[in-house]
Amino acid sequence: MNSALFPRGRLLLWGGCLALVIALPLVFKSGFMVSLLCQMGIMVVFALSYNMLLGQTGLLSFGHAVYYGLGAFITMHTLNLIGKDGSPLLVALLPLVGGLAGLLAGVVLGYVTTKKAGTTFAMISLGIGELVAACALMFPGFFGGEGGVSGNRVIGKESFLGFTWGPQVEMYGLIVVWAFLATVAMFALTQTPLGRMANAVRDNPERAEFVGYDTQRVRYLMLILSGFFAGIAGGLTALNYEIVTAETLNAHTSGVVLLMTFVGGIGFFYGPIIGAILITVMQIVIGGMTHAWLLYFGLFFLFMVLMAPGGIASVIAVQHKLWAAGLFGRMLPHYLVTALPVLVLLAGLIGLIEMGYALLAGEGVGAGDTATRIMTVELHLNTPGPWLAALATAALGLALTRWIGGRTRVAWNASLSTLHGDKT
Amino acid sequence: MTAPAIRMQGLKKNFGASEIIRGVDLDIHRGERHAIIGPNGAGKSTLFHLISARLPVTAGAIELKGENVVGLKPFEIARRGLSRSFQITNIFHNLSVFENLRCAVLWSLGYRYSFWQRLAGLKDARQRAEAVMEEIGLSRRRDTPAGILSYAEQRALEIGITIASGADVILLDEPTAGMSNTETEEAVAMIRRVTEDKTLVMVEHDMGVVFGLADRISVLVYGQIIATDAPAAIRCNAAVQEAYLGTSLHSENAS
Repeated sequence: MNSALFPRGRLLLWGGCLALVIALPLVFKSGFMVSLLCQMGIMVVFALSYNMLLGQTGLLSFGHAVYYGLGAFITMHTLNLIGKDGSPLLVALLPLVGGLAGLLAGVVLGYVTTKKAGTTFAMISLGIGELVAACALMFPGFFGGEGGVSGNRVIGKESFLGFTWGPQVEMYGLIVVWAFLATVAMFALTQTPLGRMANAVRDNPERAEFVGYDTQRVRYLMLILSGFFAGIAGGLTALNYEIVTAETLNAHTSGVVLLMTFVGGIGFFYGPIIGAILITVMQIVIGGMTHAWLLYFGLFFLFMVLMAPGGIASVIAVQHKLWAAGLFGRMLPHYLVTALPVLVLLAGLIGLIEMGYALLAGEGVGAGDTATRIMTVELHLNTPGPWLAALATAALGLALTRWIGGRTRVAWNASLSTLHGDKT
Repeated sequence: MTAPAIRMQGLKKNFGASEIIRGVDLDIHRGERHAIIGPNGAGKSTLFHLISARLPVTAGAIELKGENVVGLKPFEIARRGLSRSFQITNIFHNLSVFENLRCAVLWSLGYRYSFWQRLAGLKDARQRAEAVMEEIGLSRRRDTPAGILSYAEQRALEIGITIASGADVILLDEPTAGMSNTETEEAVAMIRRVTEDKTLVMVEHDMGVVFGLADRISVLVYGQIIATDAPAAIRCNAAVQEAYLGTSLHSENAS
């Protein structure tokens, strides 16, 4: 009976992940990459805390940024309160203050929101979120108005074990420590009576009541704990950017964490980790490459909801099952062959979208030199040539995808039925 | 003299203008197996919903082991030692058979809302869940998600969740509904086994099950109890035969 929280396999996996995230800044040394990694670590904690509600307790919240944002503001005010005479050790402990702020916000606001589950909960969470976001603009003394509240994370005369948290890479180290601790704690929570009863309440609240549990209390406790971890993420974001604006607790931030968690996969503990990393990369990398990134993001989300509603984690889980059954090798060639026409289709679509965006932005329609640079290619958007080429590429890609995709689907169904046949 | 397991007095339930339960007075003795029968729409399931607080009472009193329970919430009644099953299977679909049963024992073992103890370390919860799993014959399905069990297996799990907490008053709502003859026989044997030394109240349509299992039978017709007696006396009760049982009782006697 393997009853340890961390049996050897799991210990190896977690240790490996920790080693990887510690090694990453040694490979990616640029300031841009380290900033990106910092943002990822923060979002991982935030998304995991969100999934405590959505995936584990079945609560769809539209206002989770409230706990994140309040954690960030309280952390920033505490940082400024400590002032120059503090020490780097105090700064390192500040995310805990953010966590406690999130917890307290959960105690107060959660008492109202968790009275009901389902749609009612979703609506109340939206309302509370808007309420707090409105407060942020009404009380500039605390929330800093449009400019936000800023501070300096480098305080004190001496360093703590050589750390001042000044360089971004030291901040990354601090984020890794907190993110790792928070992730372990959130995982451990899933293995406790409360964590399991949250699953029971998600699956069947009525029956949970008839086995002796007050479902309202279960939801309330889970929300408070979730607020705690969201607050830690908020505290980290305050230290990382050294500025907190009202945007950290508005509906947009709540929406982003929902998308991250959903895309990653709410049915698996590690799902939100994948989602947080992927969406952060998309936001920052693709966001830096093209103005159309929100459109790509929307299309990607649409694609995930339609094709893999269980999220990326569920796709990985199925592949893992195929692998265990020795069927993955049979499917791999199909995946590779399908990827080709999909890439052609994507190339065509991206061409169309980018040219369309450039045209809307007023490029390439003036007199004289009308060439527009799109992804290092010079194009004349007032001539039909590039449009026809992109359209033809997309059409070819679509036709090939349908043709080859159909054959892949047949192979896929065959593999799945073999898989399930093996089981019974 | 101990109070009856359940005492209902002048119990009424209205849905809008229609009266579904129209004044029920009934004592369920401790340790007896009591069946409630009656034609469709007589209010049998509604009566269960009132006792277990799934529905609010319109008027009247319900006492559980001498204690008034009207106005309590379902989880409060469950904590007082009354457990019920459902006519339509009501389980935790995404959790495994074992997890379903473990969820059902956690409160009664005093683990409440603990988030500082590891489930895997709770030996008593594991042993109790495994013992129930053995009793209902689902040990080999331990790690199967409850949602993909066969119908009969889900019905067994339904009863397993009901008895797992160790409650001493058990309400079963049509435990054998939709089962084949063989499955029914197994289910009856299982119910007999797991409700040993407990108070059992059940709603059931299968007269074979009712007369085989019950110590006493109450007949509910249009929201009122028209007779409560031992099975043999119920068979001979003219009012019962008239109101509801005539044909099926004869066929039961003939077989």
